Amino acid sequence: MSEIRTEDMVINMGPQHPSTHGVLRLALTLNGEIVEDVVPHIGYLHRCFEKHCEAMTNYQQVVPYTDRMDYLTSMNNNFPWVLAIEKLLKIEVPERVAYIRVIMAELNRIASHLVAIGTYGNDIGATTPFLFCFRDREKILDLFEKTCGARLLYNYMRVGGLSHDLHKGFAEEARQFIKEFRPTIKELNGLLSYNKIFIERTARVGILPADVAINWGVTGPILRASGVKWDLRKNDTYSLYDRFQFDIPVGTDDVGVIGDCWNRYMLRMREMEESLKIIAQALDTLPEGDVKAAIPKRIRPDPGEVYVRTESPKGELGFYVISDGSATPFRVKARAPSFCNLGALPEFSRGVMVADLIANLGSIDIVLGEVDR
Amino acid sequence: MESIQAILNNPYVFAALMALAPLLWILPYALFAIWFERKVSAHMQDRLGPMRTGGWHGWSQSIADLVKLLLKEDLIPAKSKHGLFMLAPYVVFVGSYAAYAVIPFTSAYVGSEINVGIFYFVAVSSLVVVGILMGAWSSNNKWSLFGAMRSAAQIVSYEIPGTLAILAVVMVVGSLSLQDIVRAQEGWFWNWFVFGKFPFLFIAFLIYFLCSLAEVNRTPFDIPEAESELVAGYHTEYSGMRFAMFYLAEYANMFAVSAVAVTLFFGGWQSPFGTFLSGPAWGVFWFLSKGMGFIFLQMWLRWTLPRLRVDQLMYVNWKVLMPFAFVNIIFVGLWMMIAQ
Repeated sequence: MSEIRTEDMVINMGPQHPSTHGVLRLALTLNGEIVEDVVPHIGYLHRCFEKHCEAMTNYQQVVPYTDRMDYLTSMNNNFPWVLAIEKLLKIEVPERVAYIRVIMAELNRIASHLVAIGTYGNDIGATTPFLFCFRDREKILDLFEKTCGARLLYNYMRVGGLSHDLHKGFAEEARQFIKEFRPTIKELNGLLSYNKIFIERTARVGILPADVAINWGVTGPILRASGVKWDLRKNDTYSLYDRFQFDIPVGTDDVGVIGDCWNRYMLRMREMEESLKIIAQALDTLPEGDVKAAIPKRIRPDPGEVYVRTESPKGELGFYVISDGSATPFRVKARAPSFCNLGALPEFSRGVMVADLIANLGSIDIVLGEVDR
Repeated sequence: MESIQAILNNPYVFAALMALAPLLWILPYALFAIWFERKVSAHMQDRLGPMRTGGWHGWSQSIADLVKLLLKEDLIPAKSKHGLFMLAPYVVFVGSYAAYAVIPFTSAYVGSEINVGIFYFVAVSSLVVVGILMGAWSSNNKWSLFGAMRSAAQIVSYEIPGTLAILAVVMVVGSLSLQDIVRAQEGWFWNWFVFGKFPFLFIAFLIYFLCSLAEVNRTPFDIPEAESELVAGYHTEYSGMRFAMFYLAEYANMFAVSAVAVTLFFGGWQSPFGTFLSGPAWGVFWFLSKGMGFIFLQMWLRWTLPRLRVDQLMYVNWKVLMPFAFVNIIFVGLWMMIAQ
């Protein structure tokens, strides 16, 4: 009896697919349900961010462009940009500005992680946690809206300052949010994190060892889930992060193994609690001051170059800026965490099942606006 | 008048009318259940769901959707197998509708009083797989084919423990007729089989309920149409009225398996309180409300649980449900032998 001839099936996943989180296209080679190979194709959302920066009339005008990179974490995108230009200009910002920046970045981190967790639940087949996450994210967006008028693309930070001071009553509202949000984390843990089916689906799936992660330049929650205690807020501290007490969660092996999907998911849960701690501390010691006083009228840095990196919710977000002494940057290079993290996807997705591939992709938490820029 | 009587006396006309009777229930039920599912999911998720169409809580949303689907262009992919593609949704619906022939809505009405009722139900509901495979294969879409393969594997394997669980009840009653099974549970609710021969028939009920979820592709066993993986599974390429037929079949099927669960384990059309509010008319009420209770349970599960992976699904079936179902049958058999 001759053997039955079988063939691998090449199937196209995306750019219009509910689980590719935007316009990502994956070319899958499948052997039945098993993924033999996966090739990500990117570029559907490419907007020439870096080239645009060179064509601006001044450095402040780049801020709204950074908003649009990872549109779920706009505050965190403004952050390294303004830090980089301030470093080029060698100016200090008032204490209050730095405090507000940290508060906003951490609030935005929670908002971003909520989307990551919610959509991840959706990828695994649970629709309800998604809506619960969005309900809580809404409260953060309301805070942002009251302060700066925008709900998604804030254009809030300025080189040397901020566009608006906090609105009256921000501190009370933020404290109220912290109080309301802590029980929600418990609720989500009960509904999703420790759900038997969810653990079955994510624990021991898509294991990314630490050395492989480092080789691929993976950063952020994914790297920490692989057991590497690397967080730029601590390891290469910037702004005021050295003043606050918080822990860096790393992957554990109590439910799955270090570096699996469950750990990548759970790490974000734990990071949200740490962010709450930072916000609470910053609110308690928030100084008074004028947030627009130090904004320079004219920005013409001396010729030179600078690389500033910060810990965005997705990983290391860095801007490399070369100044030739004119009013516009000579060259800008953005180091986008989603792009680097996506590169590692094929590495831990070969040989898994289709459903696991979705789990792996969701656990990276990419935003295509940042992958393609 | 006499001529109408004569027509009604014609056995073929009578049979046709009896065959159409379940439609009187299925059509309004499906419209209601789709609206209800949206409301249930919305309230579980801190939303409101449809609120505008028709005024009170968007009660006519499903009707509006149905009209929209009816008026839509009937899209048929150019490279599909046209005949099969057009036929498939009806085959699926026939599969689930034919099952209604033996469902005893009340003591006075059952579509066809055949003495192998439950056997017929198990057999005819397998037709659904044929329709699903047909539709997926003919739509010439790799994702659809994927969904259909999963679906076929799932439905065929879950039928085995499901049937074994049904068999336990059949052994107790000694009849395959659904009316006989209901009559065997006469009296107060503790006479229902779910509480009988404790705990063996209760285990049988759990096994049957899980298998029925798998058979109608509901969460956590909804991998054939897993939205986040396969877009929409086997009905990806369908739109308009044909898509509505798939939907109608799904909801009809949901009620069919719920009805069988009610009949086998929850007393069918019997009142829970002995002779209180019993009789053919109240029987319909009890039967439908018990059935809708199960529908709600299915919705509740769907909006709470994540989805299993395809290999885990098979694991649950072959390594958990199957041995339990077999052991259960042995114990029920022993009980029956000792009781005699």
